[in-house]
This record gives sequence, C-alpha cells and structure tokens, in this order.
Amino acid sequence: MTRHIRHAALFCLLLLAALLVSAVRVQIVRAGSYDDNPANRRASIARYGQPRGDVLVGGAPVTGSRDTKEQLRYERTYPDGPLYAPVTGFASQAYGTTFLEHAEDGILSGTDPMLAPFPLLSGLTHARARGGDVVTTINRSAQEAAYEGLEGRKGAVAALDPATGRILALVTSPSYDPAELSGNGLPAMRAWARLNADPDKPMLNRAVRQTYPPGSTFKVVTAAAALDAGVVTDLDAPTDSPDPYRLPGTTTRLTNEGDGCADASLRSAFEWSCNTVFAKLGVDVGVDRMASTASGFGFNDTSLRIPYSAVRSTFDTQVDKAQLGLSSIGQYNTRATPLQMAMVAAAVADGGQVREPYLVERTVRRGGETVATTGPRPVRQAMRPGTAALMKELMTDVVTEGTGRNAAIPGAVVGGKTGTAQHGVGNTGTPYAWFVSWAQGDDDVQPRVAVAVVVEDASAHRGEITGGGFAAPIARAVMRAVLDS
Amino acid sequence: MTNAGTTVAAADPPTSAVRLPRRRGIELALIVLAVLLSVYGYCAVGLARHGTLPPGAAGYGAGLGVLALVAHVAVRIRAPYADPLPLPIGVLLNGLGLVLIYRLDLTTPHDRAAPAQLVWSTLGVALFIVVVLLLRDHRVLQEHAQACMVAALALLTLPILFPAVNGARIWIRIAGFSIQPGEFAKVLLAVFFAAYLAANRSALAYAGRRFWWVQLPTGRVLGPIVAIWLLSVGVLVLERDLGTSLLFFGLFVVLLYVATGRTGWIAVGLLLAVLGAVAVGRLEPHVHSRVQDWLHPFASIEAGEGPGQVAQSLFAFAAGGMLGTGLGLGHSSLIGFATKSDFVLATAGEELGLAGLTAIFLLYALLVERGYRAGLAVRDPFGQLLAVGLASLVALQVFVIAGGVTGLIPLTGMAMPFLAQGGSSVVTNWAIVALLIRLSDSARRPQGDGPEGTPHHPDDGRSAGRPQDHGESEASR
Repeated sequence: MTRHIRHAALFCLLLLAALLVSAVRVQIVRAGSYDDNPANRRASIARYGQPRGDVLVGGAPVTGSRDTKEQLRYERTYPDGPLYAPVTGFASQAYGTTFLEHAEDGILSGTDPMLAPFPLLSGLTHARARGGDVVTTINRSAQEAAYEGLEGRKGAVAALDPATGRILALVTSPSYDPAELSGNGLPAMRAWARLNADPDKPMLNRAVRQTYPPGSTFKVVTAAAALDAGVVTDLDAPTDSPDPYRLPGTTTRLTNEGDGCADASLRSAFEWSCNTVFAKLGVDVGVDRMASTASGFGFNDTSLRIPYSAVRSTFDTQVDKAQLGLSSIGQYNTRATPLQMAMVAAAVADGGQVREPYLVERTVRRGGETVATTGPRPVRQAMRPGTAALMKELMTDVVTEGTGRNAAIPGAVVGGKTGTAQHGVGNTGTPYAWFVSWAQGDDDVQPRVAVAVVVEDASAHRGEITGGGFAAPIARAVMRAVLDS
Repeated sequence: MTNAGTTVAAADPPTSAVRLPRRRGIELALIVLAVLLSVYGYCAVGLARHGTLPPGAAGYGAGLGVLALVAHVAVRIRAPYADPLPLPIGVLLNGLGLVLIYRLDLTTPHDRAAPAQLVWSTLGVALFIVVVLLLRDHRVLQEHAQACMVAALALLTLPILFPAVNGARIWIRIAGFSIQPGEFAKVLLAVFFAAYLAANRSALAYAGRRFWWVQLPTGRVLGPIVAIWLLSVGVLVLERDLGTSLLFFGLFVVLLYVATGRTGWIAVGLLLAVLGAVAVGRLEPHVHSRVQDWLHPFASIEAGEGPGQVAQSLFAFAAGGMLGTGLGLGHSSLIGFATKSDFVLATAGEELGLAGLTAIFLLYALLVERGYRAGLAVRDPFGQLLAVGLASLVALQVFVIAGGVTGLIPLTGMAMPFLAQGGSSVVTNWAIVALLIRLSDSARRPQGDGPEGTPHHPDDGRSAGRPQDHGESEASR
C-alpha cells in the first residue's frame, strides 16, 4: 500500500503544483491584459484615489480636488471654471479628459514615469506617485480681460508673447463650468447632455479648435507676401489696381466698403482695408508664393500642439486666379483659428519670426521640483525682417489713423488690423468681427503681446459689425493687461 | 491487555530504547510565529486603512494565542509524539483567514463576518482539543464506521428540508447561525470510506472478473460502496453543491486506488467522472453556466453587462502581481458576492501577491504532505487510509476552489480550508487537523508507549469492527 500512498501523494502534489502554475499565469503572464481590461475598475479607483495635480496660472491653482468618500474618491473642482475652461478642459470620471487635463494627464494623475521616485521599481510595487502640477503660460489679468470683454457674446481671444510663443490668454465664449462634468453620477450625465445639446456649443474651444474666415485680417499675410515677393516695393507707390476689380476669368466684380481704393498705395489700401487692392496683389503674387507665405505663418499645419492639438488653419492651394483673389482677402476657403491669427500678428511684431505657441511653461512635482520645461520652440521665418518692419508700420497706421483706432493705448505702440468676415450661403450669415494686433510699451525693447479677437456677434445689426467696433476694444483690454503686468 | 503491561515495562527504561524526539518545542515556537504573523497582518490592515493600529489588535492576538496555546497543551498531554507542523499551519491559516475577513469587513460595514468567524474558530479549536483529548486511538473510529456513514447521509440530506440560499440547498439555519452540514459529512465519509476499504481491500483487489485489462470487483463488495457514493452524489446534485460532489468523488477514487492498488479503479473513476460531468453539464443549467463562465470569463463584459464574478476574481489576482498591493490596499471587494467565502483567495492574491499566494499554497502542500507522511508511518490500514483520505480531502478542497477562482477549472462553490468565511468549514478543518495529529502521534509513538499498548500485528485489513477496546490501555502508562 505504501507505493500507492506515494502515488496518491504525488497526485495531490501535482494538483497543488497546477494551482501554482495557474496563479503565475493569472498574476504574471496575463496580468497586463487583465489590468488593462476596460471593465476592471482598479485603474479608475487608483486614478481617482488621490488628489489630482493642479493647473497653475500665475503661481496659483485654477483647479482643485474634492474628496467625495466614494469608490472613485477624488473629483475635480474648478474654482473659476468657465474662465479657464479652454485652457484646462475637463477631467471627468465619466467622460474622460480634454485639453490640458488630457495632454498633461500623465503628470496630473501621477502616472508619468518621470514622477516615480524609483522608476524601475514602479512596475513591481504598483506605487503611484502623487500627481504633479502643470504651470501654464497664461497671464491671469489678460485672461480675465479677454473673458470680460467677450462677456455675453460669442467669440474667442488668443494672445501670445511674440518673443517666445507663450500663450498669454485663451478665452472662448460662451463658456461652461467643467466642474459640472467631474463626477460620474446623474448630475454629470445631465450636464453632459445639456452642454452637448446647447446650440451655442459652450464646450467648443473656439480659440484653437474652431476656424473662421479671417476676412481682412488675412491682408497682413497677403501684404507680407507681396512685399517679400517684390510685387510691392514702396508702401506709398500706387498699386495699379482698379475699383471695382473683376476677378480674373469671371464676370464677378469685387468692390469695397469705402471709396479711394482705386490705384491706392499699399499703405492706404491696408489702412482702409481695400478688398480690390489685396485681391489683385494676391493674384499678382501667385498661388505658390501666397501659399508658401501662408504656411510660413502656420496655415495648413496639421501638427501644431500647444500641447493639445489645434485644428488646421487653411489656405487653399488648389485654386484658380479668381479663387486666389478671394482667398487673399481671407474669404473663399481661407480659414483660421484665432490662435493662428495671433501667430500672424506675433510674426509681424517679432521681425517675421513665427514661434510655435505653447501653453505649458513647465511641469513640477508636488513639492515644486521641476519635472520638465518646455524647451525652445522651433522658429520659422515667415517673412524677411525688412518686410516685418514695413508691416509693423502698416499695422501701426491702422491704429493711429485707420479702422483700428479703438485699439490705441496711451504710452504704447500698437499695431492692428480689423476684419469683417462674411460667411454662410450667399454671405447671409452674420459677419464675424476680427481684430488682430500687437502692442509694445514705450519702455519695452520689443512688442510684448500679440492678440487675435473674433466676435461672431449674432445680436448686432449687420452694418455695425466691424472689427474696429467690436473686437478692437477687447484686444486693447487684453494688451493693456499684459503691458501693465 | 496483559500484553500491554509487559511491553510497557520492557520499554520503560529510557536509556534502553531509542526515543524519537517529541519536538513539542518546535511546535510551540512555530505557533508563536504563526500568531505573531497573524497579528502583524491584522495591524497591517489597520495601518493601511486608517493609519493607526486597529483597536482590537491586542485582543485578537491574545485570543488567537490563548486558543493556540491551549491546543498545544492538549497535544503535549495526549499526543506528545505528534507531528509538530499541522497545528501551527492550522493556526497560521486560520489567523490569516481571520485577518482577510476582518479586512473585507471594512468594505462592508453593515455585514461583519469576522466576529462570527472568530467564534467558529474558537469552536473549531475546541473541537480539536476535544478530539485530541478524548480520542485516544484513531481505531475507535473504525468501530463506528457504520454510524459515521449514517450520520454523514443524514447531514447531507438535512438541508433539503431547508430553503435554498443562493441557488444551493446546503445550509441550515439554527438560532441565527448558518450551518453547512455537508462540511461535517466530509470527515465522516472519509472515516467510513477508510474503514470500509480497510476491511474489504483484499476482496476488492483480488476478486472479480477481468474485463479487458481491468479487474472488475465483485458486485457484492462493490455494491454497498457505490450505492452510498451514488446516494451522496445524488443528494449533492439535488442540493446543487457541485464542489462537494467533486470532492467526494475524488476522495472515493483516491482511497479506492490506495486500498486496492488497481489502476483500473482510476480508469473506472475517470470514466464515471466524465459521464457524470457530461450528464450534469447537460441537465443542470446551473452547472452549464459555470462551465460557460470558465470558458469565457469575459463574455459578460463583451455583452455589455460588466464583469462577472470570475472575471472580477481574475482582475483581483492580476492586480496583485508579484508582491501584491499590501494588506488592506486592494479592491477585491469589487467581486461583490461571496468575497469573504468562495473568493477569499482572490483577496490574498491581490493584497499579498504571487509571493503570498505561493506561501499559502505551500502551507497547504505542507499540511497535505504531513498527512501523507502520517499515512505512510502509521501501522494499521485503517489509519493509513484515514490519513490519506484526510490529507487528500484538504488537497482536493484547495484544488477545487483555488482552481475555480484562478480560472483553472470551472468554479464550484467551496470554502478554502481555514481561510474562507464559513463556520462549518473551519470546525471541520480543525477536526481534520486533530485527526492528523492523532494519526501522526500513533505513527511515531514508540510501540508500547501509551494508548496503543497492544503490540502491532500485521493487519491485513480484516479488522474492521474488531471488538478490542483500546481506550482502556491508557491505564497501563
């Protein structure tokens, strides 16, 4: 019987060995796929088990975390939600994350390997680092000025530091409170449904995720292309352009709002925003040069990340001459985000250089120790420095004596360009009012702020919507806030 | 019993005989270690959950320590030659089980299971002490094999009279306590099988007709045992307790093989198992769904209904990884239903990791190994078969439930010995450990020392129900 007892013992041993093999299979071999299974709540529990890192503006957090004592413990709070919504985005337990909350999620949630105290051991111990903070480039008073300026209207503001590409203000209106979406309960579901159904699209980040026809503000690009290409060499020389201008190959006659555009010089055409002159200049420059200048400014760039992605601003390169004429005055298929137009103004302000805009200055550990700093951004020369100097002159004239007088700031040099962009079927939509500008304090060595404002104001009479009337005061408030800070 | 007196006298001078070491000191040291480990686990849970030592830590440690020490003293008095390992292993597993249940109680503040489990553990240790103190010789059980069988069947049938709980008709409720009579029946059936097979193993091994290469036993010998087995399995199928059914079947086949040495039994057993499994799988929707859950644990996720229990259990094990999250820091409560009972191993796997799980499996393996060792060393066939049966019972239980929760085999409800919530199970397992202690003591006790006073005679297994009374021989010591 002894032999058989040994056999039976061996059998029992085999059973227990099989259990060990099974445990290794589940806990080690397949563990990765089980951990990543979307139905496994552990990832969510760990993610919300600690306070999320914060987004900082001017050294102070604009986000927070609230202990709900529920299974998913910490919920995002936003003390000033609507103001910073296009910067922070939301961090929802039910609907994921957007914008900075999404792009910097690794830092904020503590999963970024850079945060782990012992990176090699983190896989073994399952330890999760405390969430780090994200220091933004936003200028609080500029952000507030832009938000107050847009109050009650639909539109967006983007402001940049021309010398670095730092984004100083990013505002969209109407906005919403991302805190409403933080939880995963019924209130969040209701808010989600309501915000998505809202015809005003409050969750749309109009400053970087919405393109508009830039209208006359695009004439900055066209003028730069004409100067760079040598089509215009003297700002004050007549441009040999008729009024009205018949678009080549068509019978369509292009006209202007005001008089005095026939054969006007580039200076006065820019000052009074002559469509005829710039359509002709665009056609004279040609599609290739126009397109290369536009892409130098950042048009047709699909790869821009600030660090979340911006939508592509477009300048159509498959056009005939008539379409090119319209494209050159910011119509037809030319579309730009407010951020793109701020980049255009910034390029003029900074000697023709375009710096990729960015929103995150650096990321830091909870204690303040820097994890990563946004390094020098790539620089593109969108136009020759000489051209940029001439463009500064043109834009300054617009504010001192042209359509942009509303943007003037005492004690500062301000350059700007208004725009009124038509859109809709047969241009029946309420036009968009644009203003792009830059400002340099009298004591500053170079311009300190470039800004683009768009107001899609449905409430005003059509005739009154001009960039100078609606958008320029907002731009002025933002520029003043930056210059004062 | 005159014989006893002479042999004792012969062995009396301590210098003349080679005395095996009693190793009670080792047992005591291991018990202290087991209690300390359990208290450490208890404190770790409190520190992890609340940042402070749990208020009951001292009481818990003292209670467990006193229980273990009393058990140790009982062993010292009545089974001084017993194997020193089973008792500390039982204490450690039971202590760890209490820690795990206490830890899971923290997630279900309205449903606290640890206090009741502590009461049951106390009862279990009390039964251990009673068995060690009163059962001087395991062969007494052999004489009551028939009674054991009747009692086992009665216990198995009893819950049919009570309402079903969670689809299984295996509980009876008395005075607020849920009792699972089937747990007690395990030991009783093991005793009966061992006694019956010890008495009839020759007949089973050598009689009967040859059918191909399989030597079939005669119907006369086989009849009663198959009938009882069929009856118990039938009752279990009626009660929908598949784990226990599987356990009895495994026990039956192992003991039959050990008693007769016929591989043919294994073939017959496997054939019966396959037939039974197919039939039950076809007929019982309950079983069918368990098999489906095993084959496709994530089917409910793909169907958009969220993870099922097996999937949640796998998630818990996976979350533990190599070292585990630490006691109190896992989320095995996501399993929901039966976290503290059937799925308690998932908590161990998540919070102690593969390292802790391996340690637990090794503890079980060690317990089983000590049982088999006792089976090899003990001198009578009944004792051998009983030791093998009890050890196999532990091994099979561990395999059935641990295999189920790790997705190795279809899940069948069963308590993880000592770890899982379930009073009847804890009490039964303490009884098993007590019997192993008794058997190992008999095996190692120098012949003529103590109750086993009668000199051992070669036992061919025909001694079932022999008339001698061994209890009296203690007087000669």
